[in-house]
Formats: sequence, structure tokens, C-alpha cells
Amino acid sequence: MDIGILVAGILTLAVFSFLYKDNPVYKAAESWLIGLSVGYALVIFWQTTIIDLLLVPLFSEGRLILIIPFLLGLMMFSRFSKKTSWLSRIPIALMIGAGAGVAIPAMLYARTLKQMSASVMPIIENGSLNIEAPVVALGVISTLAYFYFSREHKGVMGSTARLGTYFLMIFFGATFGYTVMSRMSTFIGRVDFLLTDFLHLIK
Amino acid sequence: MRTKIPLVVCLAFGVIMFAQYFSNHTIARAVYNNILEWWQIIFAFTLFVGVAAFIKNNLKSISRGKKDTPYKIVSLIGLALMPLLAIIGGTRIGSPFLWSFENMLAPMQATVFSLLAFFVASASFRGFRARTVSATILLLTALIVLIGRIPLAEMISESLPKTTFWIQSYPSMAARRAILIGIGLGSMTTALRVILGIERTYLRGE
Repeated sequence: MDIGILVAGILTLAVFSFLYKDNPVYKAAESWLIGLSVGYALVIFWQTTIIDLLLVPLFSEGRLILIIPFLLGLMMFSRFSKKTSWLSRIPIALMIGAGAGVAIPAMLYARTLKQMSASVMPIIENGSLNIEAPVVALGVISTLAYFYFSREHKGVMGSTARLGTYFLMIFFGATFGYTVMSRMSTFIGRVDFLLTDFLHLIK
Repeated sequence: MRTKIPLVVCLAFGVIMFAQYFSNHTIARAVYNNILEWWQIIFAFTLFVGVAAFIKNNLKSISRGKKDTPYKIVSLIGLALMPLLAIIGGTRIGSPFLWSFENMLAPMQATVFSLLAFFVASASFRGFRARTVSATILLLTALIVLIGRIPLAEMISESLPKTTFWIQSYPSMAARRAILIGIGLGSMTTALRVILGIERTYLRGE
């Protein structure tokens, strides 16, 4: 048997052992996964960011401007000393400020305007009634009414907000069903691996 | 100074990144790309700080000789292994580093991901009760989508997969769109508050 399949099979069984109960084998596998994940991220970020975006352009191409993010990055390590930890606020401020600046137009376009325009559909399409158009419009308006807290949910506002909760329940139910099924398909994939590649019970 | 400098930095970079959206000038594009590059570099350093903190906390726990010491050692070995393999054999296809990813990390991640199916199902079995109209709608929708997404659904009724598709595409999507609009408006106001220095939560916790 291929050594890779053997290792993957043993580790898969170790993780699945949690279905019986919490046990040392699962805990060891969990710790192993955490360690490997952190190590993997470390290598990937070192290679794709520090080497490709910082060290090579700075030392080989002579892009001296990159000294600024290099120093700002090093400032992050000041968090380990109480005296100097305030310095780490500067790179954090840069990241948060730049992120917020990018987020405003991006959010306005992708999350708000795009969603609003997609919610408006023609009621009559190719000469026939498009029943989905009022359903979507009603769903969006009533759900937004539910999240509108500046006015008391009474009268028309109350009824609309209640309708909004029904739409939200449909959303939660559909999302739940979809999530469970996607996890199930992964589970089937793992069991298939165990029975076919690892144990050779299915040919 | 400890508060003012970060606030000025945040305001300056926030305004620059916001303003570049309205300009297609070469300089504006160059500034935007440079800052994005800086952002990625600093982000990588924040990850290294996280790794350093992870090592520090695990070593502290090991030195105290707590009950979970063997697991902490296993974590640290795993952490050391990946960079070590990358140094020895590189990260190309067929390298020990990639072998570890394909045969250890990826299978374990997929298995942990699949375990959630049982947790979600058991939690819903205990929690789902059709006591109110809202709860009944939630339960029915979940059941229809659960059954509608398996091959057996077509055997039960041909309309079941179609109903599932309709629910996901229209009423569920409508609520999702409203939530996204809310997220968009909320994110914009929060971003504006951060840039203007009204929201200063990130300045806490030195």
C-alpha cells in the first residue's frame, strides 16, 4: 500500500474516533492538525509574501520604498513587550485604515447597489406573469423592515416585519439544509476513501 | 502620541484608499497597488506574530507540566515539521512538504469538516421543535432542502428537487439579499467611523 494512503487513512480514522467519544487519539490528531496548519501557513506566507513581495524586490530589484512596510511589519513584534507595545498600533492602524477605505466603495457597489438592482425583476416577462418577481421584492422589503429598528414594529410595519421573519426562517432553513448536505457529501467522500483506497473493501 | 499617530495613519490611508476609487490616473493606480502590497506584507508579519505567540504559549504550558503537555508537544512538532520539510525539499510538486499537505493536512481538514455534519444534525434534532409558525417554516424548509438535494428526492416526487431549487433561488435568496444589503450599509458606516476616528476599538489591548 502507498505510504501516503496509509498515513491519510490512519489520520482520518483518528479524527473519526471522536464520533465514539473524546479520546487521546483524537486529541493527538487534533493537535497534529493545528501544528501542521500553522506550519503550512507559515511556509506559504513566507514564500508568497515575504520572499516574493518583500525580500526579492527590496534586495534584488532595489525597491527601497519597501523598507517602510518591512519596518511596520517588524513593529508588530513590539506587542511582546509592555513598554513598546503601543508601536504595534501603527501598522494595525494602516491595515485597518486602508481596509476601511477600500471597503466603502466596494461594499456600496457589491453588497448594496448590486443586491438592490438584482432584487428588482420584471413582473411580466415574454408576455407571461413572473410570479417570482413580487416574491423576491416582498421578501427583500419585509426582511429589511424586520431589521429596521428606528420605528416601533406596530401596525403595517409590524405585519411587514413579521412577514420578514418568515422569509428569514425560510433562509435559515434552506441554509441549514444546504450546509448539512455539503458536510454530508464530504463525509461520504471520506468514507469512500477509507473503504476504497485504504481498506480496499470496495473495488 | 500613542493614540494620535495611529489615528492619523488610519485617517490618511483610509482617505487615500477611498479616493483612489474615483481616479484612474496612473499615479493613483500605482499608489493603490503599492499600499495593497504593503498591506499584504504587514499582514504576513501579523501572522508571524501569531505563530510566535502560539509557540510561546505552548512552551509555557509545557514548562508548567500540565495534563495536556503531550498534545502541546505534538502541536509544536507539527509546526516545526512543515518549515523543515520546505527547507529540505522545497515546496514543488512531489516535495515532502507537498506530500505532507496532501496526505496529512488535507485529509484531516476534510474529515474535521465532515464531522460537523453530525454535530449540526444532532444539535438540530434536539433544538428543532415546531412550536410556533416561524419554527414550523424553518423546520419544513430545512426538511425540503435536505431531502430535495439527494438522488432519492426524484424517486419520491419529481417536483421535490424543483421546489428545493425554487426555495433556494427566490424566497431564501430574497432574505439573503436583504441581509447582504444590511451588511453592506453596516460595513460602510463602520468603515467611515474607523477612518474618522470615532470607532477606536483597535487601539485597545496593547
